[in-house]
Amino acid sequence: MAEDDDEIILSELSDEDLVQQMMDDLYDGLRDEIEEGVNILLGRGWAPYDVLTRALVAGMTIVGHDFRDGILFVPEVLLAANAMKGGMAILKPLLAETGAPRMGKMVIGTVKGDIHDIGKNLVSMMMEGAGFEVIDLGINNAVEKYLEAIAREEADILGMSALLTTTMPYMKVVIDTMKEQGIRDDYIVLVGGAPLNEEFGRAIGADAYCRDAAVAVETAKDFIQRKHNQLAASQ
Amino acid sequence: MSDPLTRLLAERDWLLADGATGTNLFNMGLESGEPPELWNVDHPDRIRALYRGAVEAGSDLFLTNSFGGNASRLKLHRAEARVAELNRAAAELGREVADAAGRPVIVAGSIGPTGDIMAPMGSLTHEAAVEMFHEQAEALKAGGADVLWVETISAAEEFRAAAEAALLVDMPWCGTMSFDTAGRTMMGITSAQLSALVEKLPNPPVAYGANCGVGASDLLRTVTGFLASGNERPIIAKGNAGIPRFEAGHIHYDGTPELMADYACLARDLGVRIIGGCCGTMPEHLRAMREALETRPHGGRPTLELIAERLGGFSSTGDGTGEDATASRERRGRRRG
Repeated sequence: MAEDDDEIILSELSDEDLVQQMMDDLYDGLRDEIEEGVNILLGRGWAPYDVLTRALVAGMTIVGHDFRDGILFVPEVLLAANAMKGGMAILKPLLAETGAPRMGKMVIGTVKGDIHDIGKNLVSMMMEGAGFEVIDLGINNAVEKYLEAIAREEADILGMSALLTTTMPYMKVVIDTMKEQGIRDDYIVLVGGAPLNEEFGRAIGADAYCRDAAVAVETAKDFIQRKHNQLAASQ
Repeated sequence: MSDPLTRLLAERDWLLADGATGTNLFNMGLESGEPPELWNVDHPDRIRALYRGAVEAGSDLFLTNSFGGNASRLKLHRAEARVAELNRAAAELGREVADAAGRPVIVAGSIGPTGDIMAPMGSLTHEAAVEMFHEQAEALKAGGADVLWVETISAAEEFRAAAEAALLVDMPWCGTMSFDTAGRTMMGITSAQLSALVEKLPNPPVAYGANCGVGASDLLRTVTGFLASGNERPIIAKGNAGIPRFEAGHIHYDGTPELMADYACLARDLGVRIIGGCCGTMPEHLRAMREALETRPHGGRPTLELIAERLGGFSSTGDGTGEDATASRERRGRRRG
């Protein structure tokens, strides 16, 4: 616990200071404080979508950048994501009520033949931490399972992960099947895993290769943003 | 009173460990997705062949086929009830091959990570992790392993849990972490932090070090971090045979037997006592490593520049030790909590 002199009373902060403080609290993975901050902003009449984007997502972006830059590591990021989830749990029903734009939904799993799931689990946790909905299919997924899930869940993003050089070519099988069925362009396809690289991602027809979980989140946000822009432009 | 590994280390300057388990088993027809541990019971002949491949190539120590043999990993294949059976079989086959070698060969009971993230970030508690490792360690001991070999760990909490399991079964153990993220483990542990961690355990390992990770050069940079800590504990280096690259539609490991022979000698010249390979390291690599270690003269302690020149550049500029030790972020507010 902090010394009494130093105690910060969240409800006494101005909106601007509170948002700054919430970014610090997210960085430190303080779930209770984030929940409190979210409730205060909502109480002050903030739209749920503004709380999400201006406080939580903005805060997680800093966490993501520091993870990418090797200043933070997985444990700190997971604690931050956990704090973010605490805030999300409050916002989620309100976002649905107000019809706010969704962050996006991702179906993710390791490909058929691959049982290595730590990387996939990290991406799941960080995507949830960034406000995405994640449907985790677990390990060893055949093409049918991916396709059934993205259709059922009306997903925006398909994420595939592989650790083995022997299993990574299966990603192409999934993408080729999507092309055959004429649904490839309905989804954003992100791939990742230790032996992959950008060249491989391009060669198999994925939208992007993501080097790590932080990059996956940034890439997902970019593509979702582009999708929203395209929709807006076509209206 | 000492254990076979400690005795062998006392007699020899360096020991050659084994190479890859997965890469070798795939070559024998393991279907990807299938847990290799089932072969200990279903195809014991192939597991004997795996072990013999290392022994005949000159390894003084090999790891049992039990890396994913904990309840958490086996559960992914609904085989969590078979932990004791599969690990015991892995060690028994190892004992059989080692005892027939005609020279001292150490059977090291491989214990890999649970794959779960430990509390408070994740769901796996210390107690549950210890229990899983304990169950596996007990079976490896019953099957005749000389030493427990905890490998590819990335979290300090998981390393401690495995150490506690070794204490519970009263076995000597070795432990290595995988430094694959800018010179640190995925969980941010630096080489210096692992060196400090092992000395704080109630039952320190016989030897400790690094395995897997990125390439052979990164692994030796990690070793220099261990050496800088100044502890006298024997160091283990088990690096990958290069880095897999996707070139013109094919997967290509750039680590040739010649490169691994260079790596082995550089490791020895750094002072590493147990030298082996990890992913991509086949018996032909081990043979080249053994021959080089036996025939090439000691070259003096190599610099990082020489390591990079011989084995390829590093994957990141720093590794979180020395001057690269992380600067913390400039904060706006006061730290609380």
